[in-house]
Amino acid sequence: MAGSTLTIKDLHVSVEGKEILKGVNLEIKGGEIHAIMGPNGTGKSTLAQAIMGHPKYEVTKGTVELDGQNVLEMEVDERARAGLFLAMQYPSEISGVTNADFLRTAINAHRGEGNEISLMKFIRQLDEKMEFLEMDPNMAQRYLNEGFSGGEKKRNEILQLMMLQPKIAILDEIDSGLDIDALKIVSKGINAMRGENFGCLIITHYQRLLNYITPDYVHVMMQGRIVKSGGPELAQRLEAEGYEELKKELGIVDETVEQEA
Amino acid sequence: MTTEIKLPFDTGYITSFSKKMGEPEWLTNLRTEALKKAEQLPLPKADKTDISNWNFSNFSKHLVESEDISSLDELAEEIKSLVNLQEEEQSLYIQRNNRPSILKVSKEMQDQGVIFMDIFTAAREHGDLLRKYFMKDGVKVDEHKLTALHAALMNGGVFLYVPKNVQLAAPVQAIFIHDDVEANLFNHVLIVAEENSSVTYVENYISTVEESNGVFNLVTEVLAGPNSKVQYGAVDTIAKNTTVYVNRRGVTDNNARIEWALGMMNDGDTVSDNTTYLMGDGSSGDTKTVVIGRGEQTENFTTRVVHFGKHTDGHILKHGVMKDSATSIFNGIGKIEHGASKSNAQQESRVLMLSENARGDANPILLIDEDDVMAGHAASVGRVDPIQMFYLMSRGIPKKEAENLIIHGFLAPVVNELPIEGVKRQLIEVIERKIR
Repeated sequence: MAGSTLTIKDLHVSVEGKEILKGVNLEIKGGEIHAIMGPNGTGKSTLAQAIMGHPKYEVTKGTVELDGQNVLEMEVDERARAGLFLAMQYPSEISGVTNADFLRTAINAHRGEGNEISLMKFIRQLDEKMEFLEMDPNMAQRYLNEGFSGGEKKRNEILQLMMLQPKIAILDEIDSGLDIDALKIVSKGINAMRGENFGCLIITHYQRLLNYITPDYVHVMMQGRIVKSGGPELAQRLEAEGYEELKKELGIVDETVEQEA
Repeated sequence: MTTEIKLPFDTGYITSFSKKMGEPEWLTNLRTEALKKAEQLPLPKADKTDISNWNFSNFSKHLVESEDISSLDELAEEIKSLVNLQEEEQSLYIQRNNRPSILKVSKEMQDQGVIFMDIFTAAREHGDLLRKYFMKDGVKVDEHKLTALHAALMNGGVFLYVPKNVQLAAPVQAIFIHDDVEANLFNHVLIVAEENSSVTYVENYISTVEESNGVFNLVTEVLAGPNSKVQYGAVDTIAKNTTVYVNRRGVTDNNARIEWALGMMNDGDTVSDNTTYLMGDGSSGDTKTVVIGRGEQTENFTTRVVHFGKHTDGHILKHGVMKDSATSIFNGIGKIEHGASKSNAQQESRVLMLSENARGDANPILLIDEDDVMAGHAASVGRVDPIQMFYLMSRGIPKKEAENLIIHGFLAPVVNELPIEGVKRQLIEVIERKIR
């Protein structure tokens, strides 16, 4: 079997009683890279958080399945162990827990009791990936995300992605706040993951990231739905025209979810 | 606090007990006087915790019979893990309930005239020396009912005397074992560090019984002479339902330094007072405390540094985790007396509550009676952040383990800074056990 499949059907999600997603349909397979684009406030991050199980996001309708398993019934940690990963837009800072301890705990949680990774092997892998991402080796012993710059946090998310090797990853605005050099390194990390056993959903506002990671599919989200899908050329078109042209074409006045459609 | 507390022992009993132990007359008198005072004095005030109904004096046995321990190999496994079985040259005192059981004094200590022995032997063999320091400048008999009761009923403890200019490299260790459910402990630890000396002392109060309704009244006095340094480490793991009053007091002479590293891991109701009097100019006190509360226990921790000398420096750092239905009050008091110019009083207290029913409160207090000083405090009380939990769990870490990571992380800033390696190691193990 080549890779996993994440299937999202008619997904409706509310935050504090307000409906943000209004029926999202999407299928991501191993080997595919999808990009979801769209202006702010259209529900992109909500989709990411709801798939991972953020406590504030309530799924009111629809299904999310990973290889036929009902993701929505799983606890957050079970979703991760089933093969999902979310690179967060705002990673939490955890004082007193070193990056290395955290990563080793996470890897061992995936591997299960009695099958823990040896310390040597862990260190070797960590060193290798950190070097690949051009990270300061001291960051392994720093407390998790504490005092990290925006760019360091994003790189650290990619480090976790590479160490945990999920089946399906969702990257929520992994490019925000990155300068061009950091953007290249983060892209390098994601490209290194490409392969038939890895499916990816990239959420971004800008086409910029897609210059470095060529997506197989591009979707545009507005008003809590996917309003248009296409290939990489769709991203190019948005880059050239902006969202306004597309809105006109689709007859959308206000793209955000503030307004009822 | 005028509740009438009926004391279980009378003057006749105290006198004959003191005589039986071969104590010098001054100590017998101190005890009987103390008993009279105990009847009249009020309980201490534990700010924000009502201890008026706690059982500090209602028990039947003043002494329990405990068999001797003839060698370290006979110790229970959990106690063995606290000692270095291989080390020949070590200084170690082990007390089983009220019975002094094992005493090892290193050659280094013997050669340099260090005195290290149980408090009863010290009273017999070094009565005059003990008299000079015992409950005089440190904890006074008549502070309140519990100090008076302590003096009257003292039934265990250790004396450590480090002469002038003696600097001890290896730590001195004491272990107070509680393995009899009927035991009650009025333990006194007295440490005197003379001018220009230095010593590290590490103690454990450890219960091997699961539960007891014993009464523990523990007093420590550390008297640090001019230019001396005392590092005092303690890991308390006293059993559930045992009521504990513990008073650890330090007094510094000029340029002396006392460092406390305290792991407060009791499972019963505990009221703890850790006060350092910075009497001498240029002296300093540093207190690091780690607390884990669990079950139904109520605890009250007062950490106080009082500055009398000029250029004195006091630091309090205290982190606590409350689980289950545990309740804990953290009082931090930095007091700078008039005349203690150029002094610095700093404190930080943090409480993390892990469950809906856990309660914690941190009260930072600065009392300053001098203009030319520095002072600061930080305090926080909070619950585990659900977003942090989400982040950790989103990497596949199960809830319980994620919570443990957050607890370790929360305590790490104190644990990592503990000045005594052995205490740090022990504490990490105890924390691991208590949060599992």
